[in-house]
Amino acid sequence: MLRHLMMTATAATLVATGVSAETLRYATARDVYGLDPHASTDSFTNIFTHHIYEPLVRYDAEMKVEPALATSWEVIDPTRVRFKLREGVTFQGGETFGADDVQVSLMRAANLKSPLRGNLPGLKAVEIVDDLTVDLILEGPTPLLNNYLTNIFIMDKGWLEANNSVAPIDASQGEEGYTTNNANGTGPFALESRRPDALNVLVVNEGWWDTPQHNLTRIEHTPIGSDATRVAALLSGEIDLIEPAPLQDANRIDGAEGVHMLQNPGLRSIMMGINMGDSLIDGNVDGNPLKDLRVRQAMYHAINMDLIRDRIMRGKSRVTGSLIAPAVKGYSDAMDERLAYDPEKAKALLAEAGYPNGFAFNLNCPNDRYVNDEGICQAMAAMLAQAGFEPRLVTEPRQMHFQKVDNHQVDVFMLGWATLPMLDGFSVLSAMLATKEGNYGTFTPKGYSNPKVDELTKAVAIEIDEEKRQAMMQEALMLAKADIAWLPLHQQPLSWAARDTVDIPQAPDDLVRLWYAKVAQ
Amino acid sequence: MLGFLIRRIIQSVFVMLAVALIAFLMFRFMGDPVNSLVAENATTEERDAVRTRLGLDQPIWVQYGRFVGRAATGDFGLSWRNARPVSTLLSERFPATAELVLVAAGLSLLLGIPLGILTALRPHSFSAQSLQFLSLIGISLPTFVTGILLILIFSVWLGWLPSFGRGTVVDIGWWSTGFLSLSGLKALILPSFMLCLFQLTLIMRLVRAEMMEVLRTDYIKFAKARGLTNRSINFRHALKNTLIPVITIFGLQLGGLIAFAIVTETVFQWPGMGALFIQAVSFGDVPVMAAYLVLVSLIFVIINTTVDLLYAVLDPRLRVDSAQSAH
Repeated sequence: MLRHLMMTATAATLVATGVSAETLRYATARDVYGLDPHASTDSFTNIFTHHIYEPLVRYDAEMKVEPALATSWEVIDPTRVRFKLREGVTFQGGETFGADDVQVSLMRAANLKSPLRGNLPGLKAVEIVDDLTVDLILEGPTPLLNNYLTNIFIMDKGWLEANNSVAPIDASQGEEGYTTNNANGTGPFALESRRPDALNVLVVNEGWWDTPQHNLTRIEHTPIGSDATRVAALLSGEIDLIEPAPLQDANRIDGAEGVHMLQNPGLRSIMMGINMGDSLIDGNVDGNPLKDLRVRQAMYHAINMDLIRDRIMRGKSRVTGSLIAPAVKGYSDAMDERLAYDPEKAKALLAEAGYPNGFAFNLNCPNDRYVNDEGICQAMAAMLAQAGFEPRLVTEPRQMHFQKVDNHQVDVFMLGWATLPMLDGFSVLSAMLATKEGNYGTFTPKGYSNPKVDELTKAVAIEIDEEKRQAMMQEALMLAKADIAWLPLHQQPLSWAARDTVDIPQAPDDLVRLWYAKVAQ
Repeated sequence: MLGFLIRRIIQSVFVMLAVALIAFLMFRFMGDPVNSLVAENATTEERDAVRTRLGLDQPIWVQYGRFVGRAATGDFGLSWRNARPVSTLLSERFPATAELVLVAAGLSLLLGIPLGILTALRPHSFSAQSLQFLSLIGISLPTFVTGILLILIFSVWLGWLPSFGRGTVVDIGWWSTGFLSLSGLKALILPSFMLCLFQLTLIMRLVRAEMMEVLRTDYIKFAKARGLTNRSINFRHALKNTLIPVITIFGLQLGGLIAFAIVTETVFQWPGMGALFIQAVSFGDVPVMAAYLVLVSLIFVIINTTVDLLYAVLDPRLRVDSAQSAH
């Protein structure tokens, strides 16, 4: 109803002013890496190309999977899933969409050289049944197949062949790919022009198969790297929508005329990993006190997240005891409870564990990755010191930080996890909690291993029954919670800002979907 | 002269090799770009595969040798960030930086010299005193603060000038120019002013000091005694002698403008080479960083050589043995 009213209002404005071209000028912190939808795992690049290209299934505004280029699907056996494709879809270049396009595109994304391969695990082959039916052949039961597919976009086979681009782009080979600068999809918008780091122009695709929920005819996207300049461009009326809007400018933007902040809790959970190996990287005691659960509990009790929320996150973060956000499958309210802030108890636990005088360790944080990451760590270092710990704060640019995290050269370290693109607790279980082995446990803290968690994780990976899966994920996550394998902090807020003429839903995954945007002139 | 040039060219090759070597030694401390290249949930095996493909598992000297070997054939490789050839990226960005630096350099001369003369001729007037004071602010404020202030005043409050970008650019062959459109010219004003501010104040103060020095010399007194007009004394006799050190400093500072353009380009989202470099740094994009640094060192060598040659042209005393004395 509201949507209907708004559309009427917009239509009325249109008639009144006689303006038919609705242009949205949109600024982000950086440019897309390129336009090839299979060349990058960067979520911003992918959502931008999603305006031009489309997947078989997509997330709607409420983050539910809905049909896109596929109209229905059916699990024939655990390793074979059949997709019926949408009829009458054409690419922007005029080519007809069909099963061969799906086959070429999925295999291109799953190619060994494709960085996107990790986002489509277990795909062995795509078999064409008829022009509008394909079978995906999988290595095993893949309960998250549709979630994976939301992020794999379909390109035209003939167009790829004509431009010698069937193989994915490989940055280590010295050749520029045609698909980096050119695009031809089935999506709501088509590429008009691109000037890297200056201006990308998209125009509406009049031949789109879906009924548009937007009223845009043109999108002008400009990357503006400097936070202050991006805000200034919004305030001066040169830009209609910015993402991200710096938290510290929220009051200024809300106080200005004609613009407003868009702030909601996001999916990305920020947490501290804890080295549970046999020794500390930078300690002053023998062995590793962090292996002792009481020490980890002491650390938990020492941190006042409410204060960090109020002082550093401007009241906008969602303090949590969970490693996944409520919108992610596998979440339960029981997970969200935190150990209470209690510095006295922290001291007592520390003494009980045999460290009445504390001990030194590294506290590693990035300073350019998460919202106010450095500020959070500075506050946390002070709180830990008050409780008797001796944290040595190390804040670094993200490339440095994550290199150390990869190599386990960290004691207590910050990491954020949004479970994108699958929006499922399995992402946390497999990458951050399972014992490091093969494809499991890439980010699992050194020394952490809980056989029960491993067992549940492996069961979740192949369980098709949704209820059973959820129950197992919840059980595993609660076990990890009791272990304090990770120390959860908060879900960081999404922070966009827009002119009052712009109406756009803010999805919790922090991705801007302009095909839901409306502009009133 | 020819010998001098040849020696300079050989030296410049060594300078570039050294710059590239230092760059590669520093890249070790920049961290690992692999996290930007793989999916959030990529496995360790996938991460290692990317590392191997990009040669990141090789020792630094192997990576350096490979870079030099390819660069010698004019191949700087592909950017890891967006898989486009580094040479294309740099040539795409070069016009933006060149136009910005050109305008900033021009502004600093066109404003700096007259203002310097003004403050030298009437050192005690109110305007000279306030200019001196303002120039102190110009020299001491960090440039990004000046940039943000300019944006706040002229874009947000007054709404006269754009806060970012180059406006409408016109492509002439591979060169994209902002000189041919009104919005392009408007977009140049704030960034070029921010960029030239330091140089402007430097030149103004230099001209002032040199001019006051020259005005005290005997030949000026003699010229006054000859009954020449003030105008002729100040501009024909005094100014000419003032300009030699100014041009030297200006030339040397031109390289500084290119370097400082990194800050200006970041503040104003000016799509030039400096902004490209900053992005490369934040991504860990080694091919782009290495090529940029080598290119900038080449530009520095060219500017310094030109200044040395000009110096000889301007000062007859240096002409005789310029080939020997210039280093």
